[in-house]
Amino acid sequence: MEKRAHFSGWTLPLLLIVPQMAITIIFFYWPASQAIWQSFLREDAFGLSSEFVGFENYVHLFEQPEYYRAMVTTAIFSSLVAFFSLACSLLLATQADKNLRGGQAYKTLLIWPYAVAPAIAGVLWIFMFHPTLGTLSKPIKAIGIDWNPMLNGNHAMTLLVLSATWKQISYNFLFFLAGLQAIPKSVIEAAAIDGAGPLRRFWTVIFPLLSPTTFFLLVVNIVYVFFDTFGIIDAVTGGGPAGTTTTLVYKVYADGRLGGDLGGSAAQSVILMIIVIALTAIQFRYVERKVQY
Amino acid sequence: MAGVTLDTVRKIYAGNVEAVKGVSLGIEDGSFCVLVGPSGCGKSTLLRMIAGLETISGGEVKIGERVVNQVEPADRDIAMVFQNYALYPHMTVYDNMAYGLKNRGTPKDEIEKRVKEAARILAIESFLARKPRQLSGGQRQRVAMGRAIVRKPQVFLFDEPLSNLDAKLRVQMRVEIKRLQRALGVTSIYVTHDQVEAMTLSDKLVVMSGGQIEQVGSPADVYRRPETRFVATFIGSPPMNILSGTVEGPGRVSVGGQSIAVTDMREGLTPGSAIEVGLRPEDVQAGGAAASSLSMDVDFVEELGATQLFHGKVAGSEFVVQASTGQLPADTRKLMLAVDPANVHLFDPQTTKRLGRV
Repeated sequence: MEKRAHFSGWTLPLLLIVPQMAITIIFFYWPASQAIWQSFLREDAFGLSSEFVGFENYVHLFEQPEYYRAMVTTAIFSSLVAFFSLACSLLLATQADKNLRGGQAYKTLLIWPYAVAPAIAGVLWIFMFHPTLGTLSKPIKAIGIDWNPMLNGNHAMTLLVLSATWKQISYNFLFFLAGLQAIPKSVIEAAAIDGAGPLRRFWTVIFPLLSPTTFFLLVVNIVYVFFDTFGIIDAVTGGGPAGTTTTLVYKVYADGRLGGDLGGSAAQSVILMIIVIALTAIQFRYVERKVQY
Repeated sequence: MAGVTLDTVRKIYAGNVEAVKGVSLGIEDGSFCVLVGPSGCGKSTLLRMIAGLETISGGEVKIGERVVNQVEPADRDIAMVFQNYALYPHMTVYDNMAYGLKNRGTPKDEIEKRVKEAARILAIESFLARKPRQLSGGQRQRVAMGRAIVRKPQVFLFDEPLSNLDAKLRVQMRVEIKRLQRALGVTSIYVTHDQVEAMTLSDKLVVMSGGQIEQVGSPADVYRRPETRFVATFIGSPPMNILSGTVEGPGRVSVGGQSIAVTDMREGLTPGSAIEVGLRPEDVQAGGAAASSLSMDVDFVEELGATQLFHGKVAGSEFVVQASTGQLPADTRKLMLAVDPANVHLFDPQTTKRLGRV
């Protein structure tokens, strides 16, 4: 089928892409270029003047031990969330793919968490796990754990991983379900006749056939944890206690907005920008070509 | 090796839809049985119940002497070839064929021996390292067959395996399947809606309609002596012509006032009662003069190369006659058709059952 559209002049096609271009330029390219420009500047303490300092902001950034700590925190946080959200949603999707009674309701309910705003989700989790008020803190304390995410960094991280994972499961679930439904039923039936039990069928046939979806979701999830978890972190821990849950993206906000170091914060955003571009490039390279059946 | 026995097998889907209505059938060890019928007649459902891919709502399925109603597909000792081949897209041809053996813990050298052997039989040795997407439709079909034969199962099940192939390849693969089945001697059950496939492949032909068996027999029997009007019009191409007539007396019926003699006619039919008269397009002689004959008005002619099809009307009903090319001028407008009494099929207009000699 011929998919190209034919236009007689330039006016209509230009008009049609103008809104998209305007949004992209105003909300993406302009702020991005501002960030790049700002990362080369340093403001005085009162924000009245700024001077060009070249790469000094970057040099300073890589001299800070806190920056490396934020990198490690981000790496731990993103790998935990990516792993748990992918694993849980895959498990849920394989169950939902069976012909269950009330399967439709089950699927709808699983998609709901995605519609909850990150800050609200964060508040929900605070109340459930608050050391003194939390409904779930009592049973945890009852089994002998001195649960306190306000003071204990590991507990705070656990809580963040829980809430970020919970939030992301819906999204992954939808994609996994679609991926599972795209696998021809007869292939799975053939495997059943070929003597593969349900588990073996999953690992030798279904999981390999899902790998394009899994890879796509892995990249999307890493990007999600890097950037979109800001709301949850801000609501649940505020980067604390003592910076143990400050990820790279939260540090951008903490240094620039709370610390007033606009140049240093802009330099951090530029580095994050480079990471996203790299991830997207990998995504296109591999999803488009390698992992395709 | 084992035969397959079905005893009043039923399939009832949710919402009380009965897809298979109590089918009983015995398939002898080593024979080639073809289930044929229009789509929705329950033939695929029946096959899938034998495979264990559908639960059995009622009745009993036996493979050999064993009732397999509750047995998992993997443990039924069957192999199935699917319509869309159902190859594992991420595995090489070799791994596709070896998968079933690996799952059963067959030793490595034995697997290799069997896969190589199957690949040799099917002439796919040079593709063993390729992935399914690098193969043509016909080659994929062979791999699917290979996957079935390496397992050396008791029964082969085929679910319309040739319907995704182009016409030329279909004829070629049909011959190969038949040859392979003969050579291996494995009981085979084959589902198709294509009556040519059904006729050419089967030792035992089962014609199904509406979840029930219409007729079971050798292909020649089913063609020569169809038990119902459905079978008569379904088997044979172009389909049998059906005319409405009346009973004149023993061995004679009339169609639109033209009297014809019939050899195979039930005794004791009331003269004057309505009856359906079936005549195959290839069984009437155009232009001949005989004791019983029918006149036909020709509308148009279809050229098939070796033969021509004359379309028109006999006694107000649609009628088709097949004649060798050149036998009749193409601009023929009126034909006299000589009818051999042995080739007339009679059916009851109410029950649609054959009214032949008992």
